[in-house]
Amino acid sequence: MKAAELKDQMKTVQDEQWTKVIGPKSGWFDVNLSSLWNYRDLILLFVKRDFIAFYKQTILGPLWFLVQPLFTAVVFTVIFGRIAKISTDGLPQVLFYMCGIVIWNYFADCLNKTSDTFVSNAGIFGKVYFPRLTVPVSIVITNLITFAIQFMLFLLFWTYFYLGGAAIKVSLWSLLIPLLLVQMAALGLGLGILISSLTTKYRDLRYVVGFGVQLWMYATPIVYPMSQIPDKWQWMYAMNPMAAVVESARFAFLGAGSVRLWNLGLSFAMTGFILLAGLVLFHRIEKTFMDTV
Amino acid sequence: MSDVVISVENLYKEYRLGTISHGTLHRDLQSWWARMRGKEDPNSIISAVQPSIHNVRASGNNPHMLALNDVSFEVKKGDVLGIIGRNGAGKSTLLKILSEVTSPTKGQVKIKGRVASLLEVGTGFHPELTGRENIYLNGAILGMKRKEIGIKFDEIVAFAEIEKFIDTPVKRYSSGMYVRLAFAVAAHLDPEILIIDEVLAVGDAQFQKKCLGKMGDVAAGGRTVLFVSHNMGAIEQLCSSALLLAKGCIAKAGSDVRSIISEYSFSTNSTDFAPVWENSGADYDNNYFVPMKLFFSDCRGNEIITMPCRNDEDLWINIVGNVKQLDPALYIGIGVFNDMEVYLFGSAFVDGHPDTWPRVSLGENVMRCRLPKHTLNEGIYKIEMHGSLLRKKVLFVPGMNNPKIFLEIKGGLSESPLWLDKRMGFFAPVLEWTN
Repeated sequence: MKAAELKDQMKTVQDEQWTKVIGPKSGWFDVNLSSLWNYRDLILLFVKRDFIAFYKQTILGPLWFLVQPLFTAVVFTVIFGRIAKISTDGLPQVLFYMCGIVIWNYFADCLNKTSDTFVSNAGIFGKVYFPRLTVPVSIVITNLITFAIQFMLFLLFWTYFYLGGAAIKVSLWSLLIPLLLVQMAALGLGLGILISSLTTKYRDLRYVVGFGVQLWMYATPIVYPMSQIPDKWQWMYAMNPMAAVVESARFAFLGAGSVRLWNLGLSFAMTGFILLAGLVLFHRIEKTFMDTV
Repeated sequence: MSDVVISVENLYKEYRLGTISHGTLHRDLQSWWARMRGKEDPNSIISAVQPSIHNVRASGNNPHMLALNDVSFEVKKGDVLGIIGRNGAGKSTLLKILSEVTSPTKGQVKIKGRVASLLEVGTGFHPELTGRENIYLNGAILGMKRKEIGIKFDEIVAFAEIEKFIDTPVKRYSSGMYVRLAFAVAAHLDPEILIIDEVLAVGDAQFQKKCLGKMGDVAAGGRTVLFVSHNMGAIEQLCSSALLLAKGCIAKAGSDVRSIISEYSFSTNSTDFAPVWENSGADYDNNYFVPMKLFFSDCRGNEIITMPCRNDEDLWINIVGNVKQLDPALYIGIGVFNDMEVYLFGSAFVDGHPDTWPRVSLGENVMRCRLPKHTLNEGIYKIEMHGSLLRKKVLFVPGMNNPKIFLEIKGGLSESPLWLDKRMGFFAPVLEWTN
């Protein structure tokens, strides 16, 4: 009797090989990352689209990516270096600021742009299904190209100062830069999709992101070195996952700065947690956000 | 292997009406708190216990509504299913759930095979990119691999007829070119299931024909097509079965496409199939001619109050109206539509030689018009009253909510023993044959 039942059941399973079952909201943890891989062509096309669309009908083209870090570094040098006379750990000021800016730009761009995923793509999301995660992932990759261009600029300056005999030394830590990039991407993406999921219904958080990122920059050692932070505040910087990243990058390429391994470890752990939370929430929201966005 | 490729089971979709603002936060927290304690959501109108139409709570000032209410149906492989219904009947919601754009509130859909949905033409087109770049982008959004698009590229360009403009940004395209390109990409998707919303309303007649032809090819290739349209001609031509939605429920479904279409065509009108129309009060008030009654009578002058009628007797269409002001330009007539809403012909009381016109005087007038036997075919017809002051003023706009009555003809098509059943065609005249 039981065997027959089982056989029946197996038969129906075989008969009904559904490729897809669409139901109401699913559980918390069925994040489907393999579908992202199936749509890798789409991700690359999104990257191409965003990159090309950025400089279409401009004269300078991709050179525009260089203007922002260059001028910001000059402005920082004048205001924080010359006027406020904040220490740069004895490093050339332009180089010191530019390193921080290039690193911070990548993170800030990832966060800013991915935090808008649902709202700014509502039109296309409302008409066709593809894994929604392709959009924020493609943003992170597009920004990587921007970062590469801006990083070239930094290397150019670095070479100039190095040949000029400035006191900078590159260490083996610089080989870790891809790891730091992955971490920043993960942090920006995780936080971005977390915010974009939370803003589908209530837009309030969107307005926080704009100036929040700016304030965050000042809470990160971009215009000042970690060494200037009093010991009693050091724990606050440990809570900022970006502080360890920026300081590590500076130490790696310029040879000044303080990197503590446990700071970096904590930063990694926080990033992992934020990314996971972002993925889970994003996946949960993507199924019904069209009704509330 | 069962050949059902789409199985929709007790589908519900609930929407909240009104705007989302700080006021809705309170209700959200209320629903969330209820769910946390494992209780029923007090703000949902779907009861968690046993969903059915009966225990959907009466929604007094509840701002929730059901766009789909217990919808179940199956689609077999190779079917072309036409989904019809009035605006707001739930067609688009159903397609959105089927194409995974949004998920149902309750119930589930099971699908076998790759689905491509075309809810809008040109989704994801970027105006700055060229036609070539957009083909790849749009194809990828619709689920194609880069390689597949590469293989089909020339075919797509040829179908869209835009060879010369392929390397021009699409923002410089005419709207026709834009639509052609977008449809061409979608039409070359090669999915097992194709879902198409009303997208053919765009483009010129020739291209629409081409699109319908392409959809026919897709269906002939053994693939399944779901098709929403208000174009009843296209539905009838393409679909092997149809589904009529009304207010979120299935009103009628099956493979008798024609009868479902005709039910839809008439259900859209408020009066349902009544052979008599009477002015319920102050409707259609104007200074010239106020219609009072519209009805059929037989050749003996008796009013016809039941349908169907046989086709072997002349019918009279009677218009009773109140003339308030005499005007030589007064033009009262009728328009006859078939069940596909095709305007068959029209006639007015001033059609013949002036000596034969009925006289019009102040006050109540009756005008009658003879509909000769053996003119119309078997079927349901709508007779609509038209009225105007010729070349000066329209009293009742044709095709709008005019006074109308319905005529059903069945039987009596001819005296011939060989002609008993309904024939193809709009009309079924018995013509004279001789040597």
